[in-house]
Amino acid sequence: MGQISLKQVRKSFGDVHVIPGVDLDINDGEFVVFVGPSGCGKSTLLRLIAGLEDTSGGIIAIDGKDATYLPPAKRGLAMVFQSYALYPHMTVRKNISFPLKMAGLSEAEQAKKVEAAAKVLNLSSYLDRRPGQLSGGQRQRVAIGRAIVREPAAFLFDEPLSNLDAALRVVMRQEISELHQTLKTTMIYVTHDQVEAMTMADKIVVLNAGNIEQVGSPLDLYHHPRNLFVAGFIGSPKMNLIDGAEAAKHDAHTIGIRPEHITVGAGPWTGKVALSEHLGSDTFLKVEVPVLGTMTVRGSGDVMARAGDTISLSPDLSKLHRFDTNGMAIA
Amino acid sequence: MARAISTQRKFITTIAAWGVALTIFFPVFWMILTSFKTESSAVASPPELFTATWTLENYAEVWARSDYPRFFWNSVVISIGSTLLGLAIAIPAAWSMAFVPGKRTKDLLMWMLSTKMMPAVAVLIPLYLLFQRLGLFDTKIGLVLALMLMNLPIIVWMLYTYFKEIPGEILEAARMDGAGLWSEIRYVLTPMAVPGIASTMLLNIILAWNEAFWTITLTTTKAAPLSAFIASFSAPQGLFYAKLSAASAMAIMPILIIGWFSQKQLVRGLTFGAVK
Repeated sequence: MGQISLKQVRKSFGDVHVIPGVDLDINDGEFVVFVGPSGCGKSTLLRLIAGLEDTSGGIIAIDGKDATYLPPAKRGLAMVFQSYALYPHMTVRKNISFPLKMAGLSEAEQAKKVEAAAKVLNLSSYLDRRPGQLSGGQRQRVAIGRAIVREPAAFLFDEPLSNLDAALRVVMRQEISELHQTLKTTMIYVTHDQVEAMTMADKIVVLNAGNIEQVGSPLDLYHHPRNLFVAGFIGSPKMNLIDGAEAAKHDAHTIGIRPEHITVGAGPWTGKVALSEHLGSDTFLKVEVPVLGTMTVRGSGDVMARAGDTISLSPDLSKLHRFDTNGMAIA
Repeated sequence: MARAISTQRKFITTIAAWGVALTIFFPVFWMILTSFKTESSAVASPPELFTATWTLENYAEVWARSDYPRFFWNSVVISIGSTLLGLAIAIPAAWSMAFVPGKRTKDLLMWMLSTKMMPAVAVLIPLYLLFQRLGLFDTKIGLVLALMLMNLPIIVWMLYTYFKEIPGEILEAARMDGAGLWSEIRYVLTPMAVPGIASTMLLNIILAWNEAFWTITLTTTKAAPLSAFIASFSAPQGLFYAKLSAASAMAIMPILIIGWFSQKQLVRGLTFGAVK
């Protein structure tokens, strides 16, 4: 079981209200990603759930039981830290078996579980090494191993991949997703990388200044952002946002169109290409359109426009997002 | 050119370092030389660095006239005892100051250190009376307590500095792994802080071993350590420099040997965290 619910959870540091009050339900077995810009309170929220920070108010319930005042050790959760936080004086084996030792398991049981976890994570041949002798990816695996052996109610990941290089990040991302499919345990994953959020999550929680802006599936957030913040945050490259007369034409204060929903050639908007990036599979263009401003366009790899060219753009109006003066989406 | 300047600078600093080191070491060297001289040669005027008649007689006489092993044993018990007791109190104290600091932690640390600035003689009478009333006078346990309290601020400060170097996330990881406070300190913090704890321990043993004011004041015979042993050779009927030197050499030799063999550890501990 790993059902977690937050009711009006608040956190203040002195006069600074980092989390003004959050309500959230996480179902058993769900992969939930907290995403948001730096300083939005996503890590603080995770640490509140972990019990590493005391709440300033509200209730945290794990599997229906009030865990607000339980120490971290009693919450039955496991956490993987950004810095891995391995015990440098212990071997990999000792690192992984540490939670089992704390739980009072016999040496034989510890050994059995460590071997099993090491096998799953391809760590069997490193068990007698110390963390200092491992690469970044291996260290992260040890941290995950240490988390899985205790069979927690939920896993908490605090930006676990941000210390890895780009290639390794992709591999580890897939490994964590696979792990979730195998274990089917609740996972809460904090990241500022929206690609991680989109690819891994069952449910994304978008946070901004300690408030939840929107909760939903990745595609739900992509297709139906609730407000301007979510619209601008989810999707890469960012959605183009246009105010003024062009928006008024669509009965909106602001309209948004994603770069992939604009095609090059024969359209109402004409502008000069300021920058073109040819990735082979895709072409990204920055186009200066008079009145509208700079528009980002994602075309296929065949689009051959170069900086300085004048081109026409055609937005797919069926994919247009409309927002009112408060920045909320218009249905 | 840069290389020439750096060589020259290196030469000057080396000379300066040797100069300082020799100045510090000279009294000890003089003492050791004196311990092998005859009493008349020891007080010769003008002083003579080397003598014509080297002798071991002073050592033989000091050994014969006093119970060196008892003083030695008392020193061992008092210095190691006060250090271990101090560590047992200081580790949890430094842990809380380093990892769960309150608003007044810094003030508390400063206050603790400020007690070291107080002249010891200011608390001589109250402490003396306390020791007499509580039956701690001239007992090893009394001295262990007194020296532990004297050095506790230094132990806490040193450990606090080392603990600050340990990433908090590792301790949080231990908490997530189910470790209670005691397990966290025992299995994670202490092993990680071993270099720091070891150098704190060594320094404190040296401080306690060399402590003379309290050990001489609060003991007479039973619990007297080597500092009192040295003092017993400055007799009212006159100073016997050669014998006093021999007694001093015998008193400092154990700690000098420990210091010599552990100097690497000591230096490493004292500069721990200076360069990350």
